[in-house]
Amino acid sequence: MGPDAVFRVEGLRKSFGQNEVLGGISLELHSGEVTVLMGANGAGKSTLVKIVSGVYARGAGSMQLAGKAFDPQTPAEAIRAGVVTVHQNINDGVVADLDVATNLTLDRLSGKGASMLFRPANVRAEAKAVADRMGLTIDLRARVSDLSLADRQMVAIARAMAHEPKVLILDEPTSSLSSTEADRLFSLIDRLRGHGVAILYISHRMSDIRRLADRIVSMRDGVISGAFDQKPLDYEGAVNAMLGRKIHLDRVVARSSARAVFTAESLRIAHGAKPISMTLGTGEVVAITGLVGVGKTALAETLFGVRRPLAGTMHMDGKPYAPGSAREAIAAGVFLVAKDRAASGIVGGFNIERNISLPFLKRMSGFGVMKKRAERAIARRQIDELGIVCRSEKDELSALSGGNQQKVMVARWMSQASRLFILDEPFQGVDISARRDIAAKLRASADGRATLIFVTEIDEALETADRILVMSEHTIVGEHRNADIDLDRLLAEVAGGPLHSAA
Amino acid sequence: MMRDYAIRYGFIVLLVGLIAYFASAADGFVSPQSAVFIFQSVAITGVLALGVTATLVVGGFDLSIGSVATSAMMAASYAMVVLEQNAIVAVIACLVIGVIVGLINGWLIVYMRVPDLLATLGMMFLLLGLQRIPTEGRSIATGMTMPDGSVANGKFSEAFLALGRHRIDFFIPSLIPVSVVVLVVLAVLIWFFLEYTRFGRMMYAVGSNERAAELAGAPVKAYKIWAYVISGVFASIGGILLAARLGRGDIASGNNLLLDAVAAALIGYAVLGAAKPNAFGTAVGAVFVGVLLQGLTMMNAPYYTQDFVKGAVLVVALVFTFALSGRGKR
Repeated sequence: MGPDAVFRVEGLRKSFGQNEVLGGISLELHSGEVTVLMGANGAGKSTLVKIVSGVYARGAGSMQLAGKAFDPQTPAEAIRAGVVTVHQNINDGVVADLDVATNLTLDRLSGKGASMLFRPANVRAEAKAVADRMGLTIDLRARVSDLSLADRQMVAIARAMAHEPKVLILDEPTSSLSSTEADRLFSLIDRLRGHGVAILYISHRMSDIRRLADRIVSMRDGVISGAFDQKPLDYEGAVNAMLGRKIHLDRVVARSSARAVFTAESLRIAHGAKPISMTLGTGEVVAITGLVGVGKTALAETLFGVRRPLAGTMHMDGKPYAPGSAREAIAAGVFLVAKDRAASGIVGGFNIERNISLPFLKRMSGFGVMKKRAERAIARRQIDELGIVCRSEKDELSALSGGNQQKVMVARWMSQASRLFILDEPFQGVDISARRDIAAKLRASADGRATLIFVTEIDEALETADRILVMSEHTIVGEHRNADIDLDRLLAEVAGGPLHSAA
Repeated sequence: MMRDYAIRYGFIVLLVGLIAYFASAADGFVSPQSAVFIFQSVAITGVLALGVTATLVVGGFDLSIGSVATSAMMAASYAMVVLEQNAIVAVIACLVIGVIVGLINGWLIVYMRVPDLLATLGMMFLLLGLQRIPTEGRSIATGMTMPDGSVANGKFSEAFLALGRHRIDFFIPSLIPVSVVVLVVLAVLIWFFLEYTRFGRMMYAVGSNERAAELAGAPVKAYKIWAYVISGVFASIGGILLAARLGRGDIASGNNLLLDAVAAALIGYAVLGAAKPNAFGTAVGAVFVGVLLQGLTMMNAPYYTQDFVKGAVLVVALVFTFALSGRGKR
């Protein structure tokens, strides 16, 4: 209990129905320190953040800010008291239809002392001051809806910083940033640390954690399972405390494939980009890695028929393949687990069973009438296969953790046999244990199809793939067999060339 | 748990309670004739409501249903009275109108990217005007004088009128009107379609997450257009029943059709805690409104209180759906 703890939480509890999510959390944040909070999905991190930021009421326990009781009834109160949160969901932090300048100064439009009139010139001047302090180089007149995800994130963080908070909570802020953008964020965090802000930083990324952490607190099943502040920090111990088991880095035994399933010849996916040629073989798992914005999703969508290539041809099993829609791709045996499951995968209001069967209704119906028994049998089989944690196949997806939601998305597309199975960022917002489950399942079932995963994190590629392709500037710039890999060369290829920030 | 039950069965309990209250307060409320009268009074709005449910399922809305129904009524009258055609031609003409309007609505919304409310609002006005043009604003009845001075001598065929007036024996002679049979058949059809076929399933997916549905291989645009065609066809069937009941093309009728049908469909959200558009709920919603109005009428409540009561019921139902079930948050 150091005297310099600016923010203190004691015995915090929270339940939803009979489900206890937080079982007595005690936590201290010190000014001028970055405290990293680690926890698998479902550990209760998000709930903790929502209580601290005034979104949820706490069940029991107390909170103190600078020695005084801190009891925010609304997010606005928390912010005014000096506890500012940048949530994981970027679009909660920005108003898409307004320009950057207005977004940066949004909080001054309401509350006490706000002027009745909206003066664009003042707003722009204020916004410019905020942006300059943050080193933000985005056009202040641009509409936020026109910005890339990464730039929106920077705006959301800059907006939070404009409050000059005592306590800043960042919930997985780098999950959609490229490494240069992340570097910008890190230097900003360094600066804030220098100014004495207490920072709670929530992340899964070891590279972020190594870069930033002064202290690490691990959470598991709604309680603090470990706190580490002895230098040098015990990263392994923190991961162990979070997972509750020893993680052994499974080395992949790289396989090679003789028989080609899919080939692309001189495929061009962007103007001015070099053409892509590649061959994917049966039984192999290939990872394509590269920074945010190098065209990974564009390539995935091209293979899946959602997007047309500018030039070039594709073949499946030797036959010409030029899908005009997702429907045609699926008919040809090409399946895609799309990026960002909430926006492009999950059907809200459908339970697990209906989410899984969605693309294959025709195969599960006769004369258009659904065969509910077959549908349920397949859902149950997939829940078993992927180890989805749920009460039954009738659970709604909103009741599942992020990792389990993602497992449902993978289960959907693994419920039928495919020839080419594409997964775009399948590990985004997924805890480590679910990620391992999914990767293991992908490898175990890889026979008889080609598997292609798109990942930004090189670790994820190393853990999953037989072969790693590197993308940069909308083309493929390198190829590695995942055995005795030359990491320096791979990193150089990833970083190669100027970055495409969609500012 | 109490809350779950309240959400799930609250509205049904309310309906049963209402019937019990009217049964004790109004003489003759509980009788086969009274029940049939209730169904008959909601048959046309019920059919329209079932159609609009299809567009609600795909995340759209159809404000043109009322004017599609009255246009169909005018078309049927015109076909038989002015053009002296038989019942089959009249019915086909109405259905064709429904299909065409549905296709145009769908095309406007899917390809011209006009927001659904605005597209169908525009269509509503267009049809309200269009249906008056052939007769220069006059109602259609046998013996009417046409704009060119001639007299229309055709008349409604008996077969057509039977759709609105014939009653089928069911234990009691001449008990159930054909329009009620049409309502029940269409309700069962659309319920089965939405709940048990893959097309219905995919329509719900389109309404909930269009992109996910598209990436799952669904022809999203086609599903949306089909929903508006279903809505148009159901509305035109409503128009046929209306024409058959009135026996003339009454320019002033059908004012309440749109609001009543939409109210029934939205009340349906609250039935069994569905919190989404559904055919069973829509049917219950229509009956609910019918029971209420019949009960009030039998208790001598003045006619002008009816809209107020309907509106109040709708608001309560929406509170059930969005506040209590907590689904409105997302």
